[in-house]
This record gives sequence, structure tokens and C-alpha cells, in this order.
Amino acid sequence: MDQFFQQLINGLAVGGIYALVALGYTMVYGVLKLINFAHGDLFTIGAYLGMTLFVGMGLAGKAPVLVSVLLVALMVMGLVALLGRLLERAAYRPLRKAGRLSAVVSALGASIFFQNAVMLIWGGKYEVYPETMRPSVILSLFGMGVPLIRLIIIGVSVLLMLALYWFIDRTRTGTAIRAVAIDQSAARLMGINVDRIISLVFCIGPGLGGVAGMMVGLSYGQIDFNMGFSYGLKAFTAAVLGGIGNIPGAMLGGLLLGLIETLGAAYLTIAWKDALSFLVLILILIIRPTGILGERTAEKL
Amino acid sequence: MIPLLSLENVTKSFGGLIAVNDVSFRVEEGGIVGIIGPNGAGKTTVFNLVTGNYAPDNGDILFRGTSLVGRKPHEIVSLGVARTFQSIRLFPSLPVLENVLAGRHCRMNAGLIASMFHSPAQRREERAAVERAVRELEFVGLTDFLEDRAGNLSYGNRRLLEIARALASDPALIILDEPAGSMNQPETAVLVRLVRAVRDRGITVMLIEHDMGLVMQVCEKLIVLEYGVKIADGPPDAVRSDPRVIEAYLGQDD
Amino acid sequence: MKRVRFPEGAKIPAVAVLIMIAALLPQVLNQYWIAVCVSVGLGALLSLSLNVILGQAGIFNMGHAAFYAVGAYVTAVLNTRLQIPVLWLLPAAGAAAGLCALLVARPIIHLRGDYLLIVTIGIVEIVRIALINDVGGLTGGANGIFGIARPEIFGVRIRRDIQFYYLIWGAVGLTVLLFSRLNRSRVGRALSCIKEDDIAAEGCGIDVARCKLLAFVLGASWAGMAGTLFAARMTIISPGSFTFWDSVLLFAAVILGGGSQAGVILGAFLVFGLPEIFRDFASARMLIFGLALMVMMVIRPQGILPPGSRRYDTGFLSRRERAAGDGRT
Repeated sequence: MDQFFQQLINGLAVGGIYALVALGYTMVYGVLKLINFAHGDLFTIGAYLGMTLFVGMGLAGKAPVLVSVLLVALMVMGLVALLGRLLERAAYRPLRKAGRLSAVVSALGASIFFQNAVMLIWGGKYEVYPETMRPSVILSLFGMGVPLIRLIIIGVSVLLMLALYWFIDRTRTGTAIRAVAIDQSAARLMGINVDRIISLVFCIGPGLGGVAGMMVGLSYGQIDFNMGFSYGLKAFTAAVLGGIGNIPGAMLGGLLLGLIETLGAAYLTIAWKDALSFLVLILILIIRPTGILGERTAEKL
Repeated sequence: MIPLLSLENVTKSFGGLIAVNDVSFRVEEGGIVGIIGPNGAGKTTVFNLVTGNYAPDNGDILFRGTSLVGRKPHEIVSLGVARTFQSIRLFPSLPVLENVLAGRHCRMNAGLIASMFHSPAQRREERAAVERAVRELEFVGLTDFLEDRAGNLSYGNRRLLEIARALASDPALIILDEPAGSMNQPETAVLVRLVRAVRDRGITVMLIEHDMGLVMQVCEKLIVLEYGVKIADGPPDAVRSDPRVIEAYLGQDD
Repeated sequence: MKRVRFPEGAKIPAVAVLIMIAALLPQVLNQYWIAVCVSVGLGALLSLSLNVILGQAGIFNMGHAAFYAVGAYVTAVLNTRLQIPVLWLLPAAGAAAGLCALLVARPIIHLRGDYLLIVTIGIVEIVRIALINDVGGLTGGANGIFGIARPEIFGVRIRRDIQFYYLIWGAVGLTVLLFSRLNRSRVGRALSCIKEDDIAAEGCGIDVARCKLLAFVLGASWAGMAGTLFAARMTIISPGSFTFWDSVLLFAAVILGGGSQAGVILGAFLVFGLPEIFRDFASARMLIFGLALMVMMVIRPQGILPPGSRRYDTGFLSRRERAAGDGRT
């Protein structure tokens, strides 16, 4: 039972990260119908930037850990968001009228580019997050040791998701994002600046992804230039699992996938851990072709 | 005598909206039948039920006595029911000739191996299909555009091309969804002649049309729908004088 | 009236010249570049097989390496355990990969494009993990299988790269011939229609699900046979050769090429050969490669050589017109 609870916390922490990354995939898909394959690499860049900023600014010991981490997180969010926006301008906007597959290949090119840029800048070996940056407190909950950082990750990801949900659901800009996702040309006719909305989405998604990358560094201590691949793939799977284009779906899919994977690895098989999420995905898509929360849209004839 | 097509108590709803409500009618072989009714009366839904794009919630649809319910659209084409789309669905980047050949597909047999090796039978079949496609293009008057991309045709010609594509599948029944939509006066006149020529080939024509002049001029039988319910059917003159029809539909125009 | 076209008669000499160049090329290249050309040839073979699925039928398949893996492993297992000559295993590898594709694709072929994309990525990952986990004790786990025999044709044992060059590019030539015939047939036409508008295709009598499945299985079994050639050339295979990234490169080669066969072969050159040309840049070469992919797509979104339209002999039409004209005068 203790072990189960422990795994549950681990699963939710991983799931929270998947969900944050999945949001980036799903939002971009929503407005552009494009799978942004470079998203996983923006997540990696977030992880590296977090480390570099913390070390580079000499924040260790100067301020309370949580304050400086928060500061770094905000900067990471801003920088990765900027990068996301640049990416959209350079690699996707010129292809908006072209076939969808050419944008996919451009996204794959961007992914290769970023991944290798990270390798050239920070090196091909893994990097270790500074210990001074990682809150190493272990809480005792119901008689079990739970690392504080896991709980923080769960808390922060839930908070960010709720904030995003509120933003999309309740604000004018959020409504505009939804309108662009449903029908770009109609949204344009309604006076919505579609380009601006797409730029904004390319800030929010990568921003969240960047923070998620930093949280992985904080939680596991280790990052490498290749980490965006597996996290990105899982998060993308999560987005599809929940119904791509659907924001609550991405959250649900992420958390679900984190749990399935962690519990599956603990109780079923560790060797097949990475295959498990895909098997679940395939099964769910066979039963529900549009994902768990995806709407069934009747094709207009 | 088994009718060519019969709908028996067909119902179809989308969510809470009942688009087609307990509709029954028969279409005999030969002739031109029009389905009319105000916007949202369920005309296109009836067509999509017949062509297998939608499945009815209730009731049965019989073509020459065999049920069409549960069959995929392409099987229904093979059985002899061809269609055109209200919103014109050609293959715009393919040449006009290939659009018609696509309609011929279901009457051809060459499989994967024969196609990869271009067996003599495959070559013969292909040659015959091209000739047939050209003949259908002659029939609708589009021979001049043989090699143009379908997307480069005028709207009126696109409608004609859709008809040629449907005819290439050797249908017994052809279903035209607003064939005169976005056509000008001379084009409509050509269409009227074409629809009659199709009928003269022994193919039964069913059409949805908003242009009442056209409907009264060309159709030999009318079926009137309103809010998913059939309110009248019969020869145009009888329908025209039916008080329910006048109230529901024709009255509005005058 | 008629658009000006590349004269039909000039095509045959052009192809002949290309074949001549391909045949003479290894005589002037050094060992290294011959090896590169062999790899590009295998890449071209795989890209052509993916083109049937992705380029012609428009099915988003980003897991093509899975079927390549099935073919290579079937070859390796049957050859090392039962000593069946490698090239005899071509049909077995093709059939196994095709069967896998059929089983996998049947329940998912109707899914929307992007869903299919992630599912096929999932399949290639599952296959890779299965190979690492040594399913049934047959695949040798992470180390793979070694000691695969060299192929033999008419008593000549193929072991040098220059021999593989002719074998593999011969296979590419045969593939181009068969697939271009397929393209100019009822099946190829149906695939074009499906790619353009599957609802319209179904509505005019094309069995969309069946045609898609046919394309998927054909492409997969071709990749399986390419797997045989790969296993024979390497003599050692391991799961590392059949990853998601290999699938991505094939995907990029097809889209970059534009979907015509010549274009796809060019795409394979760019994707599998270009990184070799940039070898002097050492660590930055993949960076440049990524950038190049983006730039090429932005400059030419439709790909290098999009397929031209098929030609039909409508000569009978003008003969008939002439006959009609004669009748009138």
C-alpha cells in the first residue's frame, strides 16, 4: 500500500509534466492543425536554460531557494516563449498555405536543429542540476517519505493548467483562441487578428513546455540533449489520448499516461514500460477514434 | 413489380434534431423525380441515407428489393446508385479525364498484380475505360477540357463533370443534389437537356433543386418534404395544387 | 491549345543515360563513396516503398522502419537458424512485413491523418522495444543477430560494396518500373483520388478502406524485402537500425522529394547522402541538416519534383473527329 501511494505520487508528478508539454502540442494543433515536432526540444531548451540561468546569475545562496527558482522559472518561460514565437515565424508561417505535410517536415527539421544546437552549446553528455537549486526536503506523509519537489511539481502543473483553462475559457483573448481553432477565416471576418493569436499560442505552449523541462531537471537532477525526444513523444501521445486540440483532454491524457506508465512499470513490467503507453493509445483509438475527450465531428457532405 | 427504390418509414436524427421523420416513398424505374422542400427540410439527408453516407436510425431503404442499409457508399455505387454532391466534390488537382475514370473504377477489375505488371487484360480494360470516359465527357459536352485540371473548370462545368463521373459507373439511378446550383441561365438550359438525355438512356434521375421553374419543367414526379416529413408526392400539377404544399413552400415564393 | 510537354520520345534516351551513369558511377568512386551510395540506395528503396503509402495514398505513416525491421529480422532469423540462402528469403520477408502491416493497419486505417501518425510512431517504438526484449528468444535482444550469410546470385557471392551497389540499385530500378506501372493503373488512380478527397472517392465507387489497406500492405512488404537486402549487406542487425528517427528520415525523404519517383530518389539522396557531404563540419552536420530541411520546405513546400499527371492515349478521339470531319465534307 505504501509503495502504491509512492508510485501514485510519482505517476502524478510525471503525468503533470506530460500534461504541461501536451498542452503545447494540443494548443498548436488546435490553431494550426500542425504537430509541432520541435516542441519536445523547446522543452529540453527550457531545462538547460533553467540550469544555466541559475548558475550564471550566481543565485545560489543569495535568496531563498524557492524565490530564486521561481525567478528562473519565469525567465525560462519568457525565453522559451520567445523562441517558440521565432520558430513559428521562421519555419511555420511561410508554410501556412502549403500542404500540412510540408509543415510537418519543417517541424522535424526544426527539431533536429534544436536538438543539435543544444548538443553543440551544452555538450553531448548529460548535465546535473545544481544541488543548491533543488529543494531536497523529504516530507513525511502518512508515515512515508515523499520528496517535496514531487509535490511542488504536481502543485505547479495543476496550478498552471487551471490558470490556462481559466484563460482560454473566460477571457476575451481565450475566446479568440478558441474561435481561431474552430474556423480561421470566420475568426478573421469577426475582426480577430489571427496572426497575433497564433503567435500568442506559440508563446504559451512553449512557455509551459520550457517550465516543464526545468521541473524535470529539478525533480530528477539530470538532463540531456536527447530528453525532449521521449518526453515529447509521450506528451504528444497524451495529447492524442485525450483528444488532440482539446485542452482538458491534454491535461487528462498527460496525467493518465503518467499514472499508467509509473504503475505499469512498478506492477507489470519494466522492460515494456515505454511500449505500454503506446499500446494503451492504440487500444483507446480503436475504441474511440478521436481520443477520450475529442469530439466526434460529423463530416459535412 | 419491384420499385427501383423504396424508402420505408425512414427516420434519421442528429442529436436532438430529427432531420428525416418516418419518410416513405417509391421511385419507379425510368423518369425524373424531384425532391423539393424549404431549406432544412431534410432533402440532402434523404440523399445521403440512400447513398450510404448516413445510416438510418429506423426504417429500410430498398434498391431493386435489396436493402441498402448498412452498406458502404462504394458498395451502393456498385449496385447501381450514383450521386453528385451539393458542394461539388471533384478531385480538383486531377485531370478532367481522370475524374471520370474514377467513376469507372468500380466497373474495372484489374488488381494489384495486374496493375503492377500491366497484363494484357489490364491494358484492354484500361483502353476501354478511357474510351468510355471520353464518351461520357462527350455526352455532357466537356471534351474540350479533357486534360485540364478539374479545379480549373467553371462552376457550371464542374457540375457537368460530376454528372459524367457518376454516369461512368453505369448507374440505374442517378442522384443529383442541386445540379443547377451556381449555374447561369444558359447553363441551366443545357442542364435540362442533359437531365432528359440521361433519362432517355434508361437511367432514372432523382434530383434536389431550388429552382422551381426547373423542377416543374423537368420532373415527372415530385416528393415534397417539410421539417423532415413527407407532405406530398405525385405529378407536378397535382403537387402544385396541393394546399399543404402551397402553404409550406410554394406560397412563400408568391 | 494543348500544353507544351516534354516529348514522350525523349524519355527513353534520358532513362538510358541515367542507367548508364548509374552503372559507370562505381568505377570512378572510391570505396567510401560507393558505401555511401549503397546506403543511399537502400534509403531510396525504402523511400519508394513509403511513397506508395504516404505520397500516393496520403496515409501518414511515420513508423515505416517497423516493417523494414520485420523483414530484416525474419531474414536474419531464418538464415542463421535454418541456413536458408538470404535472397530466397525475400518473399518470406516481404510476406511477413505485409502480414504485420495488414494486422496492424486493419483496425486503424480509418483514423484521421494525425492520429495515424502517432499510432505508426507507436508501432515502430513497440517493435523496437520488442526486439530489445528478445521476444521469443529469437531476436538476440539489444545486441541483435550476427553472422547473417552473404547473398549469392548465379553462384557469385556478393560481399564487396561495389557488388551490393549493383544489387541494390538494380532493385531500385525494378521498383521504379513496377511502381510507375502501378501508378498508371486503376489502383494508382484510386489512390490519387483517395489522397485528394476520400469522401468523394468513396462516393464515386472506390472502396477507400480496401485501397488504403492495399497501399499500406504493399509498401510495408516492399520495406520488408529491403530489410532482407539490408541484413545481407550488414551481416549484423540490431534494434538500433530501426528507430523512430529512421522512420522520420524516410518520411522527410518522401515529402522533400515531392512524391514522384524521381523526386523521392532525389529526396533519399538529400536525406541519406547530404549528411555525408557535410561530414567535414563534423558535429555541426546534423544542425545544418535540420536547418536545410526547414529551408527546403519553406522554399519549395510541394517538394522537389511533385508527380506529373498520368498520360492517356486519347489518339482515337482525333481519329474519330477526323473521320467525322471527312464524312461532313
